[in-house]
Amino acid sequence: MKLFEYQGKELFSKYGIAVPNGKLVNSEKDLSDLKFPFVLKAQVPIGGRGKAGGIKSADNLNEAKEHFSKIMGMDIKGYTVRKVLAEEKVGIKKELYLSITLDRSKRMPLIMASGKGGMDIESVPDKEIFKEWVNPLIGIQPFHIRSIVPKLKLEKEEGKEVAKIISKIYKMFREYDCELVEINPLIITKEEGAMALDSKVNINDDALYRHPDLEPELVELTPLEQDAKEKGIAFIQLEGNIGVIANGAGLTMATLDALTNYKGKGGVFLDLGGTDDPEKVKQAFELMKKAKPKVIFLNLFGGITKCDTVAKGVKDVITKEGIDCPVITRIKGCNETEAKDILKDAGLITGATLQDAAQKSSDLAR
Amino acid sequence: MAIFVDKKSRVLVQGATGHQGVYHIGAMQEFGTNVVAGVTPGKGGQKVGKVPIFNDVFEGVDATDANTSLILVPARFAKDAVFEALDAGIKTVVVITENIPFHDAMEFVHYSKYKDAVLIGPNCPGIASPGKTKIGILPGQIFKEGNVGVASRSGTLTYEIVNSLTEKGIGQSTCVGLGGDPIIGTTFIDSLNAFEKDPETKSIVLVGEIGGTAEEEAAEHIINHISKPVFAFIAGRTAPPGKRMGHAGAIIARGKGTAESKIKAFKKANVEIAKFPTDIADLIEKSV
Repeated sequence: MKLFEYQGKELFSKYGIAVPNGKLVNSEKDLSDLKFPFVLKAQVPIGGRGKAGGIKSADNLNEAKEHFSKIMGMDIKGYTVRKVLAEEKVGIKKELYLSITLDRSKRMPLIMASGKGGMDIESVPDKEIFKEWVNPLIGIQPFHIRSIVPKLKLEKEEGKEVAKIISKIYKMFREYDCELVEINPLIITKEEGAMALDSKVNINDDALYRHPDLEPELVELTPLEQDAKEKGIAFIQLEGNIGVIANGAGLTMATLDALTNYKGKGGVFLDLGGTDDPEKVKQAFELMKKAKPKVIFLNLFGGITKCDTVAKGVKDVITKEGIDCPVITRIKGCNETEAKDILKDAGLITGATLQDAAQKSSDLAR
Repeated sequence: MAIFVDKKSRVLVQGATGHQGVYHIGAMQEFGTNVVAGVTPGKGGQKVGKVPIFNDVFEGVDATDANTSLILVPARFAKDAVFEALDAGIKTVVVITENIPFHDAMEFVHYSKYKDAVLIGPNCPGIASPGKTKIGILPGQIFKEGNVGVASRSGTLTYEIVNSLTEKGIGQSTCVGLGGDPIIGTTFIDSLNAFEKDPETKSIVLVGEIGGTAEEEAAEHIINHISKPVFAFIAGRTAPPGKRMGHAGAIIARGKGTAESKIKAFKKANVEIAKFPTDIADLIEKSV
């Protein structure tokens, strides 16, 4: 889950990391009790909002009102701005970059720091990004910090401030099950303090149960996505017109690849996962019908999910409610024969192999 | 021979008395697995079939000399379960559980190294050495004893590929499901090294998917350390960038971990790439 900037900063404050004085602004009335000059910042879970006009500074109340009315409700890369953060301006002496993320290959938290803050870290040359890996069993130690801070070429007091922040964000990274904590820029103020001017914090979804204090993410779902979520079915919406029901993420992706190979386009994807419950299959098939694809492609490899279980669910929906688009099936694996037997009179088109079924689906969808 | 698990594997199941536990103890026994113990706190003294249940792993190991553990406990209890297994002296831990917080996985993966243990998973289907043993939830009927080693990041896709091998009469030495999470214990490189050393394995199949750089690292490793022929399939060639396709692992971010980059790396390492999952069997058939 991606936190908004203001939520990340609330966590920073909790860990004793300085952030600018500011507050969420819900209406023009809230603007009057802040010290000018201040900055209005659109709260969206995506980068590039400055370029999109989502960050504006104001020297007086009129300017502030004008910017506020423009920013609130604006669209930034598909996200509607529903929250605006107002922050008092801070005198900047230096801008640094600091983050902790997960290094999948080393299976360790990775600290990255750079003296080149304020810009996209991808555009900073590698030799100017300093990296330090932390063994999760020992956690952050002074030697990690001794290795990284001097490379930033800061003055003594500044270095001490940054060292403290590194320890604090590591603590937060672990305690809040973060995937990413990024401060860009981390500034040295004119008073030689270190302060987080921005925040990017992602929390591992699998660990959200440990953090009931975090507001759940406001995700705008289509009615179908909402329906799928409530039923616990993995549902992915793409551009195409072929509805795919498969089991397992790998097989689902391989199915999309196979369709593309025959110039077919996958639309809605339902991943049955490891279910062996005919009721869930039925729900998934009904959901697929509601998505109104031109063709439905059922690609199944039975293991834990037995082929005949899925066949029963599908047959049930088709006999009770009918179906108004062609259904191509390709069924392999556990109880394959029983499944084929169940479906033989249901008027479905069968594909002998993945290739054959993908080709038939693609042709029919054209 | 086989890799990681064989006839000598004495399996203890953590989370043995739940629906999954009971079902898979039966399915594993049918495959020939030597299931010696189960552990469910508070249910010591009970039995699942003929398998005795213990309150903790230490008791189970003391009584049965179990050396391998299968973890089927819910995600919230998985870290505790793995630590307990490792401390009780278990040398091979297979973690099936999905949705484990990755910070937990990071800790137990590192701890397994200090304990000189093999940790497979999490979020994986397990491991099977046909004719010997199966530890996990892989469907038993798709396997055939033979000389192809399979290592995969995906579940169903592995079954698909193994099944097509078996249909062509090509058997497998060991098939290891590495798991779909960002943090996993045993990697492609660990599996490649083990297959290289295993006299029974004549060729190796890697099943990868988009996201991360495990395939690129495996390709680099193959160039310098692996002499046996390697074949690969990569899922997600046409997945739109930034779209999560189910697995936590299967996400393309910032242009890294794309199928193109993985296919390019494998080609450089002389690894033959299959266009469709079932083509792997044809490629191997042609090469022998």
